[in-house]
Order: sequence, then C-alpha cells, then structure tokens
Amino acid sequence: MSRHRSPLDRPVLSRLLGLRPRLVVAFALVALFSGAAVAAASYRQARTIVLEKTQDQVADRTRNSLEELDPPPQLPPDQQELERIGDAINGLAVYGDRRSSFQPVPLDRVPPQLRRAVRERGRVVVQRIVLDGQPYVLAGTEVQDIRGQRTGIEVYAVQKLTSEQETIDRLARSAAIILALALLPAVLLALGAAAGVLRPVRDLRRAARRLAEGRLDTRLRVRGSDELSELVRTFNTMAGKLQHNVGELRRMEANGRRFVADVSHELRTPLTAMTAVTDALEEEAASLGGDAAIAARIMSTETRRLRQLVENLIEISRFDAGGAVLRPERVDLAAVVSATLTARGWTGIVHTDLPTGIVAELDRRRLDVIVANLVGNALKHGAPPVTVELRAVDRDHVVVTVTDRGPGLAPEILPHVFERFYKADSARARSDGSGLGLAIAWENARLHGGVLEAGNAAGKGARFTLRLPRHPTASAAATAADRAGTGAPL
Amino acid sequence: MMVHVLLIEDDKAVRDGLEFALSRQGHTVQCSSSGEDGLTRLRGSSPDIVVLDLMLPGIDGFEVCRQVRAAGPVPVIMLTARGDDFDVVSGLEAGADDYVVKPVEPRVLDARLRAVLRRTVREPTQPDTGTYGDLTVDRAALTVHKRGQPVSLTPTELRLLLELSGSPGRVLTREQLLQSVWEHDYLGDSRLVDACVQRLRMKIEDTPSTPSYVQTVRGFGYRFGPV
Repeated sequence: MSRHRSPLDRPVLSRLLGLRPRLVVAFALVALFSGAAVAAASYRQARTIVLEKTQDQVADRTRNSLEELDPPPQLPPDQQELERIGDAINGLAVYGDRRSSFQPVPLDRVPPQLRRAVRERGRVVVQRIVLDGQPYVLAGTEVQDIRGQRTGIEVYAVQKLTSEQETIDRLARSAAIILALALLPAVLLALGAAAGVLRPVRDLRRAARRLAEGRLDTRLRVRGSDELSELVRTFNTMAGKLQHNVGELRRMEANGRRFVADVSHELRTPLTAMTAVTDALEEEAASLGGDAAIAARIMSTETRRLRQLVENLIEISRFDAGGAVLRPERVDLAAVVSATLTARGWTGIVHTDLPTGIVAELDRRRLDVIVANLVGNALKHGAPPVTVELRAVDRDHVVVTVTDRGPGLAPEILPHVFERFYKADSARARSDGSGLGLAIAWENARLHGGVLEAGNAAGKGARFTLRLPRHPTASAAATAADRAGTGAPL
Repeated sequence: MMVHVLLIEDDKAVRDGLEFALSRQGHTVQCSSSGEDGLTRLRGSSPDIVVLDLMLPGIDGFEVCRQVRAAGPVPVIMLTARGDDFDVVSGLEAGADDYVVKPVEPRVLDARLRAVLRRTVREPTQPDTGTYGDLTVDRAALTVHKRGQPVSLTPTELRLLLELSGSPGRVLTREQLLQSVWEHDYLGDSRLVDACVQRLRMKIEDTPSTPSYVQTVRGFGYRFGPV
C-alpha cells in the first residue's frame, strides 16, 4: 500500500500552482487589467480634454491680443514696435533677425517644426514643450495687418501648465487608488468562486479517500446539474459498482470459507467413530498377518493423518471466521516450550536454550501450537540438530527461534512458506502433515499481536523467528474480531 | 478398575465406536441416543460416570449435564468440538468435570475417565480430619461438613478442596491444580480449575463473591484461607 500524501507533503511549487491560488491570481489579473484599461482610457481622455482646453485658451488669447493691437502694427516694425507687440501678447516678437527683449521663451527653444509651420501657414500653431523641466503650452503665429495680409512678424507666447499637470496627476493617482481598491473585492470574489469550485472537488477527494479506506458505502449528494455534479454522479455510480462487486467477492469468499468450515465439522463425526476403533485395528494388525495387517496399518495411519488435517482445517476456519479467541495467562515461557517438546517426545532430539524466568502473558495452547508446528516442520524438512532458543529482547517483547541445519529456504519460496498447503518441494509433499501447520502458526502469532518470520540462519539452515509482545496488545484483541479475509496469506 | 459408563451420544457411528473402544478397555458401557433416555437410564442404573455429547437433539447436553449434577455426585465428561470455547465454557458452567475433544483417541478418553474416578480415592499421607473455620473436612470418610451440616460435593470438587486445604495458606497455580486434580499435562485448560472453583465456592462459601476459603491470588492461582 503506498503511503498517503497529505497536501502539506507536496513541494512548495506545486502547492502554489494549486487550483485556489491559480484562480485567485487569474481573477486578480483580470480585475487589474480591465481596471487599468478603463483607468488608462479615462485618464487619456481627461488629459486630452484638459490640455486641449488650455491650448485653445492660449491660442485664442494670442489671437485676440493681436487683433486688439492699437494702433495696428507698423510695417516694417522697428525695435520699439516689436517691443510693443511682444508686450501685447506677453511673449516674444520676431521680425527678420530682430526680436523683442522680453523673451519668456528664447527663440532657439522654439521647436523648428513649429516655427516652420508658423512661417509657412501664418496661422496660430500650438505645441506643448518642456522648458527647464516645466511643462508649457507654446502658441506661435504670424501677425496680420488690418487687411489680413501677412506681415512677417512672428510672435510666440507661452503658458505654464503646472496647474493642469497637477490636475492630471491627481487624476492618475485616483485612478491608481481606485484600481487598488478594486483588487480587494476581486480577490474576495475569486476566493468565493474558488470555494464554489473547490468544495465539490474537496468533497470528492474526501469521498475517494474514504472509499480507498474501504468504506464502500460512501456516496456524495448531487447538487445542481453542472459539470461537477456530473462528476459526482459518476463517482457515485463507480462507488456503487465497486461496493456491489466487492460485496459479491466477499460473499463468495465467505461462502467458500464457511463451506470449508462446515465440511470440516461434518467430517469430524465419522472421524470420531473411526478414531475410536483405530487403536483396536492397530493392535489387531499384528495378529492378522499378511495383506490384512498392511491394510489395517494403512487405515490407522491415514485415519490419524486425516484427523490432523481436519483439526487443522477447523482451526484455520476459526481464524477466517474471526472466531479465534486469545486466552492470555501469565506463563514462564521456558516451561511452556519444554512442555511442548516433552509432550511430543522431542526432548532428546531438539537442542534447547531456554532460560527460565522469562514471563509473559500468552495463550499457552496457542504458543504450544506455534512451537510444535515450527519444531515439527524443522524436524521434517530441515536436518538435525534443531535448536530452540528463547530470548527476552526488551522489556516488551520475547523471541523464540527455531533453527535447523538443513539446506535452508530458497529465496523464491521464502515469501510463500506461510501460505496454506504450500509445498516447497513437490517430491516431499506427502511427508508434510497437513500443509496448514505453518499457516496456523502464523495466524496464532498474529492473534497475539506478534510476528512470525521465516529466514535463513547465518551459517546454513532455515530459521523461524517468533516475536511476541509480553502483554497482549489492544490491537491484538481488536484484530481478532475483524480479521476475516484481511492480509492473511491464503 | 472396571467402570460403569453411561454414554449419551446421538450419532450412531460415534456411539458404536466409543462403546467398542470403552468395552475393549474393560469398561461396561450403557448407551443412550438422547438426553431424555440418558437421564432415565441414569436413575435406573447408577453409572460411575457419564460421557456426554453436547450436541443432542431434544434437551441439549448442557441441560442434561445440569440435571445429572442435580441428581447426585456422578462425574460428567463432555464430548466437545475442538476449541469451541463457548461450548467448553457453557459445559463447565453446567457442571462438567472434564472435557475431551472430538475426534477423541480412546486412550485419552480412558485416561480422563480413570483420572476423574481416582479423585474419590483417599490421600494416605494426610491427617484424617481438618477443621477450617466452620468447615470440617474428613479425609478418611471423604465428607465435608459446614457448621455440622453435610456438604454434597462431586468427586472433582472434593478433590480440589482436599488439594487446596491440604496446604492452607499456600498458593497453588492453576497448572499445579490441573496436574494434581485433573491429571492433565502442563498444557491443560485452566478454565477447568476456574469453573470448579466457582462451583466449590457456591457450596462452601458464605458469600461466594467474597470468598474466605478458596481465595483468588491474581496472576498466580488459588490459596486456601487463611480462614
């Protein structure tokens, strides 16, 4: 199972590229651009209006001043006449290479194009210029005599644009402020819209996670009829199908397991009758002689094997059905392991290292089953000497290892040794008791909240390591209740 | 030791098989295929021991067990399905002295029968009579009196009381009691001890929930007294 990644595990970059930030940025940018466009357009418009008005004023004033000149300009004008005209328009008057002494704008600062336009057309021409860093409107024209004839006298008047500039700057500032103020509602709107889109997405994510955790009855409420609700509907359909299929599989599996349990229980009754008479058959075999003796011996041996198999099937069915109950007692482990070996007549065959005084709360019968299966397996498939060791690894755990000196377990069979009816070597299949011993040992270890692992010893030979908690854990009790069909090797 | 066994088992093959095996071991066997029939025979023939299947048609094994218990001190051995804990616990609560698991090997059943019946044999090494508070245990007559009134105990209960009162004040573990009273090996079922202690308390204690004779020592076992 892959580890679940929470949103915080994601790299910073991809978190910043999440849907919500992206939506907010997009909304803000749209607000910014449209606001800026509107502001720029109105600014431009306002600026043009203000400036044109000023330009017209300057042009009109210059024209009026010249028309009201009394007496009309004398031609050709002398220096005094030029001074008079300059004073009238409050500007610079030029005729030939003479010019008035009052020069609000020096002639060399008059843009050549403007001057050319004045000379060629003789009309009032206006242009904005910058003098010493200040904005001005410059109006130029050629003075006309009473009959409207051009006189060759050029005049240039300026007006400072400072107040107009201030007006325009104020306009620009308020546009910027309004823009900034508009950003806030834009971001809020974006967040709202993001929430609207993201809530169904988040609900879907939660539902998918619940589904992944195995809560297959998870469904989402369908709201509205947009694309997201379509997705929710599809999700619900998928969850429904999944639940149905998984339910079907579980039902079939439960049926299969129940069938095995039922068959095992049914087999027990005739087996009880057979077992009752097997001893007699075995005792009589000696006196029967010949084929009957062989038949009697086979019958009694195989009845015993069959009994073992049925008992193991019933045992493992109980694990599958979740009916296996742990009955922990305070025990001295060395005593239990010794009792197991003694009860099976293995005391002389098996090497032991069982320090006394290692006490744990364990189910004696189940520990006996584990050790008996491990040692029985080592004796059958490994080579002597078989060694059983007991260790207290820490305050909370004890370890029992069973090691043999056989060829060990091949890497390819290691993952399968605890599987039911797994036969490492088909040629040796018949020598195994039921093919369930190691699976039962594994289940019993798990019921204790412990682990049973298969591996190889440092030298050679197989080593099985049983690690059990000294006190039955709450989880061990809990898993006993809902263990059916989860994680156990099948 | 020839034992008169009443076998109550509904399955004919199992009944025939066990009758055959027990007879071969020198016991006399009387068979019943139902609880009702078994209880009738119990009153008529007074067997030494009852071997009782729990799964019976009509009145079930637990009820039969209770009625056998009520009728007298005849020991009961239950036939149970392997490790069906609910059955085992219910059977022991109903008063069974011991149980064997199907399919049972004849020699195991025989050993249990003999162990149960040996419990009525007197201990030669113990003093004949002991008095503990209101309780008087006569080891020669194998009787128990409380304030002068006789207390009716089954052989197993009596044996457990003799074992515990034989060393007052000493803690005996469940395993020790299993070996001395039930003659089980180390891997015996300690619930046999607990169930029998409960029954014994009902008979000898003034208030069984706060026992003064058979006291529990948590995590270790049981202790007789101090009274």
